[in-house]
Amino acid sequence: MNQFQYVRPTKAQAAIEAVAKDPNARFIAGGTNLVDLMKRGITAPQKLVDINRLPLKQIEHQGSSLRLGALALNSVVANDTQVRERHPLLALALNAGASPQLRNMATVGGNMLQRTRCTYFYDLSMPCNKRQPGTGCGALEGINRMHAIFGHSEQCIAVHPSDMSVALVALDATVQVSGPRGSRSIPFADLHRLPGTTPERDTNLEPGELITAVDVPDSPFTKHVHYQKVRERASYAFALVSAAVALDIENGIIKAARLALGGVAHKPWRLTAAEQVLVGQPATEETFRRVAAVAMQGAKAFKHNEYKLRLAPNALIQALKTAAAA
Amino acid sequence: MATNHDPDLPAPHDEHRRNFLKQSSLLTALALVPSAVVEAAESKLDERVAEAIEKIPLSLKINGKKHKLKVEPRTTLLDLLREDLHLTGTKKGCDYGQCGACTVHVDGLRVNSCLSFAVMHDGQEITTIEGLASGDDLHPMQEAFVKHDGFQCGYCTPGQIMSAVACVREGHAGSEAEIREYMSGNICRCGAYANIVAAIQDVKSGGKKV
Repeated sequence: MNQFQYVRPTKAQAAIEAVAKDPNARFIAGGTNLVDLMKRGITAPQKLVDINRLPLKQIEHQGSSLRLGALALNSVVANDTQVRERHPLLALALNAGASPQLRNMATVGGNMLQRTRCTYFYDLSMPCNKRQPGTGCGALEGINRMHAIFGHSEQCIAVHPSDMSVALVALDATVQVSGPRGSRSIPFADLHRLPGTTPERDTNLEPGELITAVDVPDSPFTKHVHYQKVRERASYAFALVSAAVALDIENGIIKAARLALGGVAHKPWRLTAAEQVLVGQPATEETFRRVAAVAMQGAKAFKHNEYKLRLAPNALIQALKTAAAA
Repeated sequence: MATNHDPDLPAPHDEHRRNFLKQSSLLTALALVPSAVVEAAESKLDERVAEAIEKIPLSLKINGKKHKLKVEPRTTLLDLLREDLHLTGTKKGCDYGQCGACTVHVDGLRVNSCLSFAVMHDGQEITTIEGLASGDDLHPMQEAFVKHDGFQCGYCTPGQIMSAVACVREGHAGSEAEIREYMSGNICRCGAYANIVAAIQDVKSGGKKV
């Protein structure tokens, strides 16, 4: 691993300035992804700005939303009473991710900023437009079993690996950000980007911008929720496909719905058109099958991931059935 | 033995020789190239980087004992424990956070020590497998692993035991399914899982303080 300088500011402004003025500087929080990438030489920052001394760990209800500090640990959020009562879908998604050890290290902010696990991104001997723009996409004609079926481009077909983010996009969360030019809010659905011609950019954050919190608005989705994750072993693996479902059901009729898929696109994939189809319909398997067909419109697979065209709607139907029965 | 020097490390005089070679080749280079190029090359020298990146002071409490250390920022907690402090009970398996062999407790939480820079733990309390027993009395989880044959080759065992202790303390050992889920971050290539689960269940139901 290359050498780097290490600083540990106690004020957010100092941390932001340190990264904003140095293109080779990076924030580090839990480090579970960044340390891995540095060991493999995929990224080599010359300065690390440790943000763990910033006061960003709190979880508190403010107004009409639950604010999760960016440094709250994944394990702490998943076990938090308020999170479990108000947003059980988020707790389910968090506990489906990584291992207990990693959840004790990974933070809210870092989880959403983790990079793709595309094997071509990780293999320095392979071309990858995300790792090294202009070199091509090794996965496009390669072993693309794990790759995207929605929103991909000729330049990149990688998927976003976060489970937590699939729940947060479904729950209409908002990301709070501070940067060299002040603070702003980003709707969760606008945080991550599609690859387009700039797959090296995962998110719409500007240089030096620091995620400080995520707000999850109060909602009626406290009971009929489910996070269905399909992976190649029973636990501790990234999703082939995952489905986040939150339903508000009254007398067997769906009043409101939130749906998202993971493991299918460069960003957590919200299914707004399919949600609208659910509203006013009976919570039956017949409804769920129609909705899954709508959800899959526009999907396009590659040589090795055609199975996702069937796995994704099946996972969604299973999640809908489980959520409705919850 | 004629010397107590570690054969895997360069002898002190090797170090001097290497520095001499570096310096003399630099002098040769200086004599041959225009000054602008020399300046550019000089700023890239490894020595300069090493100068700029100092070792950082670090205070840790490890297995109850206070340590005042100085570490390079890129030293992982795992390498600090094993290479600098010779606490080799904690194992390096994959070194990428995929196997759990390096599991230790930091301020009571189980973590992968391979994915963490040591400097980031200043002021924290670390417990490794060496810190689990009280003198000659094994921790109940260590006893249970022996009793239930919770290992074959034993390489993953320190990580398994540290994780298992945390699993019970967290309240995640309520059923076989829950234990399997909450032990999923520790891989055992020998496949001793059934016995590991039995050991944890035994400790959980045994009533001893974990």
